[in-house]
Amino acid sequence: MLESTNKKRFKWGPYLFGGVAGMVLLAAFLGELHYSATEKFCISCHEMEANVYMEYKETAHYMNKSGVRAICTDCHLSQHLVQKVGRKVKAVNEVFQHFKGTINSREKFIEKRLHLAEKVWAEMKANDSRECRSCHSAKSMDYTKQSKRAMEQHIKGDDEKKTCIECHKGIAHKLPDMQTIDPSAVIGI
Amino acid sequence: MKRHTAKGLLILMGLVAMAMPAQAEELKSLRGSRDLAAGSEPPEINREISDDRPIPRNYVQQPPLIPHKTEGYRIDRNYNKCLSCHSWANYQQAKATKIPPTHFVGRDGKELANVSAARYFCTQCHVPQTDTRPLVENEFEPVKALK
Repeated sequence: MLESTNKKRFKWGPYLFGGVAGMVLLAAFLGELHYSATEKFCISCHEMEANVYMEYKETAHYMNKSGVRAICTDCHLSQHLVQKVGRKVKAVNEVFQHFKGTINSREKFIEKRLHLAEKVWAEMKANDSRECRSCHSAKSMDYTKQSKRAMEQHIKGDDEKKTCIECHKGIAHKLPDMQTIDPSAVIGI
Repeated sequence: MKRHTAKGLLILMGLVAMAMPAQAEELKSLRGSRDLAAGSEPPEINREISDDRPIPRNYVQQPPLIPHKTEGYRIDRNYNKCLSCHSWANYQQAKATKIPPTHFVGRDGKELANVSAARYFCTQCHVPQTDTRPLVENEFEPVKALK
């Protein structure tokens, strides 16, 4: 009788261990997800710090009259968990390219710039400038408070079902050589 | 001879000493009598005119002035932000003024297919304006041809 109860007794040990380990892992995962979305982490790579970060520091998304700032991840990383993790998986390639030294000098970066920019533009166009809209909500945008020029262009853009990035390119970083995109606005010979 | 020099020097020193206080009062630097440590008054920050209404010219050859903000508008080898609205390909869409054909002529007088490098850096001639008062009062008037 005593023996059989002993045998049937529920063993908490493995479950407790599993639960705690799971919580630790989840905390580590979320912690990593949070840390790898900080500005400090982004510019810990020379490629980011010396090129795009320095350029961004001159723009309105870094410094403006109201002091509201958008950091790298506000524009380049989704706030939704699934897309966020998806982007992190894609970033494995970026880590690989970092160690390969694909853009480890200014010259190499400039050489690659059009390709890199086009990738970001395509991504933003495909998701209807989702990250822009997480701050710049169309519903909350009062066109009548804008300059005449801005108001007209925004109404036109809405009518033509355009998305933010189609007009607002190069607002936080310098543009690549735009010869192939808008030759009428590039230096002639 | 020696005594004369000493005497002369003494008189000179006396004269200098007498002149000193008066001189100290008259001496004024360009910054006025403001205490050095107090620093100077910062100039007023002027706002750019940005009502998009053409600003009248003062003489016929004057490059038109820019009636909007241009902060952050880059002009470099890769791209010219001004031309993203004012080029012939873009002006209609942007409802902007197009650059005139004179800007398609090189410095040797040759006609070019795209904007001349000599005309590419817009802000060398075209500048935005602020709502500031003239630094020096003047009676300048535009030429009669523009009245």
